[in-house]
Amino acid sequence: MHELPITVRVNGSPREAVVEPRLLLVHLLRDVFGLTGTHIGCDTTSCGACTVLVDGRPVKSCTMFAVQADDLDVMTIEGVADGERLHPLQQGFYEEHGLQCGFCTPGMILAAMPLLEEPAAVDDHAVRRAISGNLCRCTGYDNIVRAIQWGLRAASQADGPRTPPAEPQAL
Amino acid sequence: MYPPSFEYHVATSFADATQLLVDLEGAKLLAGGCSLIPLMKFRLAQPPHLVDLNRIPGARYVIEDDGVLRIGALTRESEVERSAVVLRRYPILAEVSAVIADPLVRNMGTIGGNLAHGDPANDHPAAMLALGAELLVQGREGMRTIPCAAFFLDLFETALQPDEVVVEIRIPAPAAGSGAAYVKFERQVGDFAIAGAAVNLRLADGRIRDAAISLTNAGPVPSRMAAAEDALNGSTGDPGTLEAAARLAAAGCEPWTDLRGSVTVKRQLAGVAVKRAVTAALARARGGPHA
Repeated sequence: MHELPITVRVNGSPREAVVEPRLLLVHLLRDVFGLTGTHIGCDTTSCGACTVLVDGRPVKSCTMFAVQADDLDVMTIEGVADGERLHPLQQGFYEEHGLQCGFCTPGMILAAMPLLEEPAAVDDHAVRRAISGNLCRCTGYDNIVRAIQWGLRAASQADGPRTPPAEPQAL
Repeated sequence: MYPPSFEYHVATSFADATQLLVDLEGAKLLAGGCSLIPLMKFRLAQPPHLVDLNRIPGARYVIEDDGVLRIGALTRESEVERSAVVLRRYPILAEVSAVIADPLVRNMGTIGGNLAHGDPANDHPAAMLALGAELLVQGREGMRTIPCAAFFLDLFETALQPDEVVVEIRIPAPAAGSGAAYVKFERQVGDFAIAGAAVNLRLADGRIRDAAISLTNAGPVPSRMAAAEDALNGSTGDPGTLEAAARLAAAGCEPWTDLRGSVTVKRQLAGVAVKRAVTAALARARGGPHA
């Protein structure tokens, strides 16, 4: 079997590798590029721990070959923050205690990214739908939904989370 | 979990894909990979060559013209789900796409792959059968169309020849007074159906005409439930007729017992799915195709 040279734009920077065609995208990210924030949970397209954005769309990187990402844009959890400043969704997980063990968190955050396209239009049902392919085994879904809503509120403000977002509604 | 080794080939067109299928012994086509890659991980498939269709230009589209909805085979489920023309004119298709796997899988999964895999547990086959869809396929001799009614031959077996690849799905535009709906029962988000029903019908002078009922995961192939259709045709869709149609569909399907349920449970749920899908299709027919 022939190894193939590929170039993947990972978090904005082109990264090159020579890979076996059978190498999965998640293994390219973790084992070749050392980006271990993308997790492997079930390895069978069920849990969403391996979620990354490919050309802006969240997909499960355990069910895509690295060669399929050649010449495409991939965003992992390592590319979400702006330097030292957390992304609003990350900040939301901090503020709302959106994680216990944290294993599912990178996938949850990337799965929630499309909600940022229209953050004002997102209700809890839409959040739950967006993360319906992501499993949390600490059973923390309520806080995860609150965390994502916090992030969406923060992101919908002009200059992001530096300005404190509106207080969440009392429960 | 590493899949077995294979040689990777990028198809530049459907004709190129066909040529690669002819030239490469044992080659399989890679579209969304949602079924193929897990099969390879479990060593249920070990193709020596994969032909990647994802880089074929212009293979993702949803267009209605000349009374036909044309969907490119590589169109992602998430694109079908959000297509304006689908939501406005073919709501059953958005209903189907929206219950396939989960949102992340739907960003990869293609409508062509969902059909060509020949899995009766997939959701599009029953809907396409009820809608009277045709598949445009490319082979080495050129293009041909295959009606969905002649496409699904057996479990994972379709009418596609070894050199053929699905190019486009063609669905006739809804007739005046028609309505269609899909109802799926699943244990949890992302699972295949315990049972599902697709219904397409037309109302004329308050009576049901041209009823088409087909089921998901209730036999080796998606098939029309003729006896249930006969019960509906000519009726007003009254509760008694719906019960009869549900009973006939439950009796006419061929599910098997597995982790999703016993034959008894699956027949029962198939019947309920038929009843609910007929009710939803009737509501759409009464409200016009935009309901």
